[in-house]
Amino acid sequence: MMDTESIRSDFPILERRINGRRLAFLDSAASSQKPVQVLDAMADIYRNSYANVHRGAYTLSQEATEAYEEARHKVAVFLNAASDEEIIFTRSATAAMNLFAYGWGLNILKPGDRILTSVMEHHANIVPWHIIARHTGAELCYMELTDDYRLDMESARERFDERVKVVAVSGMSNVLGTMPPVDEIARLAREVGAVLLVDGAQLVPHAPVDVQTLGADFLGFSGHKMLGPTGIGVLWGRRELLESMEPAEGGGEMIRDVRLHDSDWAEVPHKFEAGTPPFVEAIGLGAAVDYLSAIGMDAVLEHDRDLTGYALERLAEVPGLSVQGPADTVDRGGAISFDLAGIHAHDVATILDQEGVAVRAGHHCAKPLLRSLGLTASTRASFYVYNVAEDVDALVDALAVARRIFGLDGA
Amino acid sequence: MALEELYREVILDHYRSPRNRQALGGANAVAEGNNPLCGDEVRIELLIEGDEVTAIGVTGHGCSISQASGSMMGDAVKGRSIEAIRTLTGRFKGMMSIDGAGDPGLDPSRPGAVLGDLEALQGVRKFPVRIKCANLPWTTLEEAIKGFEEG
Ligand SMILES: Cc1ncc(COP(=O)(O)O)c(C=O)c1O
Repeated sequence: MMDTESIRSDFPILERRINGRRLAFLDSAASSQKPVQVLDAMADIYRNSYANVHRGAYTLSQEATEAYEEARHKVAVFLNAASDEEIIFTRSATAAMNLFAYGWGLNILKPGDRILTSVMEHHANIVPWHIIARHTGAELCYMELTDDYRLDMESARERFDERVKVVAVSGMSNVLGTMPPVDEIARLAREVGAVLLVDGAQLVPHAPVDVQTLGADFLGFSGHKMLGPTGIGVLWGRRELLESMEPAEGGGEMIRDVRLHDSDWAEVPHKFEAGTPPFVEAIGLGAAVDYLSAIGMDAVLEHDRDLTGYALERLAEVPGLSVQGPADTVDRGGAISFDLAGIHAHDVATILDQEGVAVRAGHHCAKPLLRSLGLTASTRASFYVYNVAEDVDALVDALAVARRIFGLDGA
Repeated sequence: MALEELYREVILDHYRSPRNRQALGGANAVAEGNNPLCGDEVRIELLIEGDEVTAIGVTGHGCSISQASGSMMGDAVKGRSIEAIRTLTGRFKGMMSIDGAGDPGLDPSRPGAVLGDLEALQGVRKFPVRIKCANLPWTTLEEAIKGFEEG
């Protein structure tokens, strides 16, 4: 059992009152809140050890560089990566996936090749492939969903053939909460010789991930959804693949030598980190990783799952509410999207906000998925380590207010 | 409470039973507007005869505010001159500015100077993120008229 009381006391923002109400923050899938430990780690660098990294021979620069590389080490340990060099710091999950798309996809894909993804992807794992497909002449193909909102592995199996060179799939859908069988997808990808990228933007914050058993070749995620700051993300890749991958950006720090007409790249991971990196943010992410490790990712997953189970049960009491996502908590994370008959998602979110309940409304950057579900917008509640059953109760109570305002409570 | 001011009965009524929700066969001015952030979509079709809008079709989907605003707008502009519609659009957008500071507050005898039912949308001002929902049909209407005038 997690000590949510003590966890909550680490998040100053949770004391805020919103429109006179207790804050029920249910939008961590968009971005999580930050504990004081992360805020302090970043403030400490700015106050005491700030200077550009990998440049100066002086004390401050050395301290900042050490703290930056220490953060890389923390992330490597968190993911059980084979070495620190497999951790590339990026600006975000979006930047991580673009780095892979440009560094790998752009250089190996040819006309007739296929990129295989799924309909439940975030735009960050679709749009880069549109661009790469246009540049290379490769074709983008999709794995579909079953009626219970899981990846349809039966039809997916047929999509795997020797034309498929890249498989890019989310480890957990930010809309449905679905966690597809990455191990099976990895096996299928290996059989046809394709490289597998897992979009870990939701998976890594919410479940234990060991990259040596996950089966993926690359994994991208953001710091800000896992208690860390904005402006930092990670692309993990297998060392031997990173060695042969081209950089997607050129600039300072990523070179060994520069001449007038060509240059040599630095070693992995630096060849992918052009320019001054967001090192204070990386250090903040390191503190977030410490915080999550102290709780234990198994406990985080179990906590999310308990709340999800409770929320699915309570939401079933709300008339006219339909959940888009698996109905049980098996292979499912704590993001619950729903439609409330007769009230548009934006109206739901506005009314909930007046009750202190923060949820996301819209297409969740997954327009192809929403379109395939016959929706243009939905409301999403999502959970993290600081959420408690009281937040779910506040959500259900606020939904009753929404129904009353729209004259739907049958009275 | 602000919520009751936002969701006035007249707004909910237009949301539930939108007026002018039709495809206009002979439309000679058409525009589509959308709000990429939230996905609200509106399509405006006009039949302009002389300098008058004689028929209007308002279709699309989205939240109660964008859809009710479009429905009420249709009622308000039908049978009006382009000039009066321009005046009305100016007043509406003025009312929708933060604190209504942009409201030109015109002489009520001027055609298009009276908002009537549309004033029910005033409550939206207290919810700044929703102002663009209320404005969406009006911006799209302006585009349809502009397209018509530019041929
Ligand atoms: C599944 C998934 N992939 C990718 C992203 C993109 O993350 P970011 O905006 O931090 O780059 C998100 C976040 O919205 C997400 O939920």
